[in-house]
Amino acid sequence: MGKPEPLPSPRAQLQRDTLPKTPTGISGLDEITLGGLPKGRPTLVCGAAGCGKTLFAMEFLLRGAEQFGEPGVFMAFEETEQDLSENVRSLGFDLDKMVADHKISVDHVRVERSEIEETGDYDLEGLFLRLGLAIDSVGAKRVVLDTLESLFGGFTNEALLRAELRRLFRWLKDKGVTAIITGERGEGQLTRQGLEEYVSDCVILLDHRVKEQVSTRRLRIVKYRGSTHGTNEYPFLIDEDGIHVLPLTSLHLDHPASSERISSGVPRLDAMLGGEGYYRGSSILVSGTAGTGKTSLSAHFADATCRRGERCLYLAFEESPAQLTRNMKSIGVDLAPWIEKGLLRLESSRPTLHGIEMHLASIHKRVNELKPQVVIIDPISNFSNAGTAAEAEAMLLRLIDFLKSRQITAMFVHLTAGGNAWEKTDVGVSSLTDTWILLRDIELAGERNRGIYVLKSRGMKNSNQIREFLITEHGIRLEDVYVGPEGVLTGSMRAAQEDREKAALQARAQELERKQRDLARRRTVLEAQIAALRAEFEAAEEESKTVAEQDRTREQQIAESRGAAALRRGADAPATKGKRK
Amino acid sequence: MSTRTNAGGEKWELRLYTAGQTPKSLAAIKNLKKVCEEHLAGRYEIEIVDLLKNPRLAKDDQIVAIPTLVRKLPDPVRKIIGDLSDTERALVGLQLKQLS
Repeated sequence: MGKPEPLPSPRAQLQRDTLPKTPTGISGLDEITLGGLPKGRPTLVCGAAGCGKTLFAMEFLLRGAEQFGEPGVFMAFEETEQDLSENVRSLGFDLDKMVADHKISVDHVRVERSEIEETGDYDLEGLFLRLGLAIDSVGAKRVVLDTLESLFGGFTNEALLRAELRRLFRWLKDKGVTAIITGERGEGQLTRQGLEEYVSDCVILLDHRVKEQVSTRRLRIVKYRGSTHGTNEYPFLIDEDGIHVLPLTSLHLDHPASSERISSGVPRLDAMLGGEGYYRGSSILVSGTAGTGKTSLSAHFADATCRRGERCLYLAFEESPAQLTRNMKSIGVDLAPWIEKGLLRLESSRPTLHGIEMHLASIHKRVNELKPQVVIIDPISNFSNAGTAAEAEAMLLRLIDFLKSRQITAMFVHLTAGGNAWEKTDVGVSSLTDTWILLRDIELAGERNRGIYVLKSRGMKNSNQIREFLITEHGIRLEDVYVGPEGVLTGSMRAAQEDREKAALQARAQELERKQRDLARRRTVLEAQIAALRAEFEAAEEESKTVAEQDRTREQQIAESRGAAALRRGADAPATKGKRK
Repeated sequence: MSTRTNAGGEKWELRLYTAGQTPKSLAAIKNLKKVCEEHLAGRYEIEIVDLLKNPRLAKDDQIVAIPTLVRKLPDPVRKIIGDLSDTERALVGLQLKQLS
């Protein structure tokens, strides 16, 4: 019997994934691809017009030259050097300078069919020569061909062209350069000319969809030979810093759980949460109907965070930063100093402005920039407007996972629509969050008061009580509510009930006092009676004692006189009692 | 003496781009000479550029395919690719013959 085969260790798994890779430097992409694009091989990036292919390729090249010391060649078939230079300037790259510094070489290949007459056999050696020269002139490690398919428009002999492309890709591999080839998306295939047939190592598909007037960009790795990779569609975003891909769905449920507790900013709420507040890195849902004080509660949390010297990112989707600061100041929470110190960042935007994934991408980006300890999103319900409920839920799940993996405490404010069951959140996040605080209107006797409950709080002993929750000019105050046979009383009803209770208490006290006085009086009476009886008894006892004394004296006298008489008669002995009969 | 006085008296300046002594290049040179002798006898000038020796010119002159023939004069500049074995198309490309 042989030794059992050892199980593959995680290390072995790691080693299996050792295809050399070239980091792109594009935010998020290297996480999805577990390190970057296949080193020394061509990668196909395809998508419809305007999906960001050229930018993707350009960023790969520029970041390579700037961050990884790998010079690059950009061979443009569509745009001129000048166009490209202007396009990347908006991303903060100075292409002209990089060309002057011999970090990047740009070659614009112009192919115009109308100018070209084909008169027999030819090849594309000119292209090879130009590429070879450009690679050698800067010592390029990276090459971009954007968009090679333009060649198909310039030449009629397709069979020859395809043979040449095959030769080109082989040649690129022999050169050992990491290349990106862009291709226009075609009908029924990834690229119009079927370039994927030649580039088989790595294919990335970019997509730009507009749904209900909201645009979303997505990226998918169609294939990556010899490497594991995320297979989902990942949203990405193009902004002034380039491309940002969200690697979120690659996360697992293995985030650390901190036992550190942080204050909610409302001492009595902390008391309701096992006496210490929220767990660090947990997610908190604050839900309630309009005007129940959700934002005020969030502002307290933000304030408490900054007070500890930590950073807080507050994303407001309903109020502008100025409005929010003003409103919170009116309840005694001054956020302005924290903003000035750079501890608090208030960001406002309309949720309908972007697609749901764009929101996720921008939150992701801001979190990476600010590195906050607390993120507050007020409210999340608006995300449903930017996508379907299922999309909103998926997005929140990703967001929660992302924040948890960074040990960021997240507070989600959820506006419950009127008429809904108050425990219902239309974005089904309640099961995803760790702590759920419900703010509720309690309508009673023509008044509308606020009640606060801790519906759940994982991993801590939390109060099951309802508290009345007052927003004063010194912030939020929690009060006990009166719970009695008439139900929960709040507001002035509670005050009235408290007055009634006070009166009743007083009456009881008076009654007790009266009873005690009565008792004292009765005791006095009783004691007097006892004294009288005792005196009477003593008198009787005295009398009976006297009588007994007199009797004894008389008997003695009789005995003495009898003895004297016997002596006188001369009797020899006194008669014994027993024998005399 | 003006070169433009008679229609057939124009001076032709042609440049052929090749990459080494490949069969295609040699065929192109042979075919070009033949066409010129037949149609432009005495008033043409051929310059052969070997891009293996001068690769920089490929970028400067926007050459992709090899061989490429460029008619620099008379204006406008025309580009013809291939080994010129299709004489008919070569003549059309050089505008020595209208498309029938």
